[in-house]
Amino acid sequence: MSSPAVSSYYWKGFRDSAPFVLVVGPFGMLFGVLAVEAGLKLVETLTLTSTVFAGAAQFTALQLMQAQTPILIILASSLAVNLRMAMYSASLTPYLGAAPLWQRALAAYLMVDQAYACSIARYETDRDMTVPQRMRYYFGTVTPVGIVWFLGTVAGAVLGAQIPESLALDFALPIAFLGMVIPMLRTLAHVTAAGVAVTVALLAAGLPYNLGLMVAGLAGMIAGARVELMLRRRGTWT
Amino acid sequence: MTETSPLTAAVAPPDPTTLWILIIGLAIGTFLLRFVFVGFVGDRPMPEWLLRHLRYTAVAILPALVAPLVVWPAATGGQLDLPRTAAAAATIVAGWISKNVLIGIGAGAVTLYTLLYLLG
Repeated sequence: MSSPAVSSYYWKGFRDSAPFVLVVGPFGMLFGVLAVEAGLKLVETLTLTSTVFAGAAQFTALQLMQAQTPILIILASSLAVNLRMAMYSASLTPYLGAAPLWQRALAAYLMVDQAYACSIARYETDRDMTVPQRMRYYFGTVTPVGIVWFLGTVAGAVLGAQIPESLALDFALPIAFLGMVIPMLRTLAHVTAAGVAVTVALLAAGLPYNLGLMVAGLAGMIAGARVELMLRRRGTWT
Repeated sequence: MTETSPLTAAVAPPDPTTLWILIIGLAIGTFLLRFVFVGFVGDRPMPEWLLRHLRYTAVAILPALVAPLVVWPAATGGQLDLPRTAAAAATIVAGWISKNVLIGIGAGAVTLYTLLYLLG
């Protein structure tokens, strides 16, 4: 089953993604705290975190639930936040597409930002990897992040009530999201997408059912794509 | 700061049936988003216009989600407040200069707590 050469890729992946537990642990804890405060039971919180397995979407769902948003809008908004997973999926397909279906399904279920970022960087530099080696590496990157995310959620949900309000946890989410997004603003197109999305989100904040978020997201995506096209025509796209 | 967080101020806990429908819907929907290409598409090429828009999903949706929370924080009853605005600004500036997630978040957290302490 696992020749040494193949399983060592699992541990390479594990090592490469291990530092991310520093972000994922507190983030998971925060989710546990907020979920319990929002009225979710422990079993509901843990089912949500282990089946959906996507921090940003889970936070979005919680946030909108607080605002008494209709369920279809919550679903649409949370899944929109997760649309980037479809991008990751697309980008991994040339490397993992030849693996057995059950492995691809498992890889899809466990797909998270950190695993994607580590794996794609490794696949692009280490061109000679076989498909089984890539899969092992991928599952290695998922392991520390996934386990710590789950345990963090448990800890947050259990300790939640004891965390004092002076910690201003209401603002941990905006700071965490901003912290994640800013380094992603690599080009003028990305900056434009974010700028347009923010502007539209503030102008459209009065729309019912939090539709402002969807409108702002779409506006930002269109703006980013337009700027990218413009830069490509000028030949200044990197 | 006002001592009501938006979360504790929330009304009754969510209706269990609605919540479970939401959890199951999110689980299935999220899986399909992750599976769609690596699972269904395989090696077939995708239209370039679609990829070009998908590239900007995260950098559009996440800031759009954050902006109203910064400008009208629920914890202050929707009043713009200095510690939260400054914390957001510090996160942006530190993240932009360092290109590092942890440094950005750290700068925001330090700014928030320092100002809450000084002004509190």
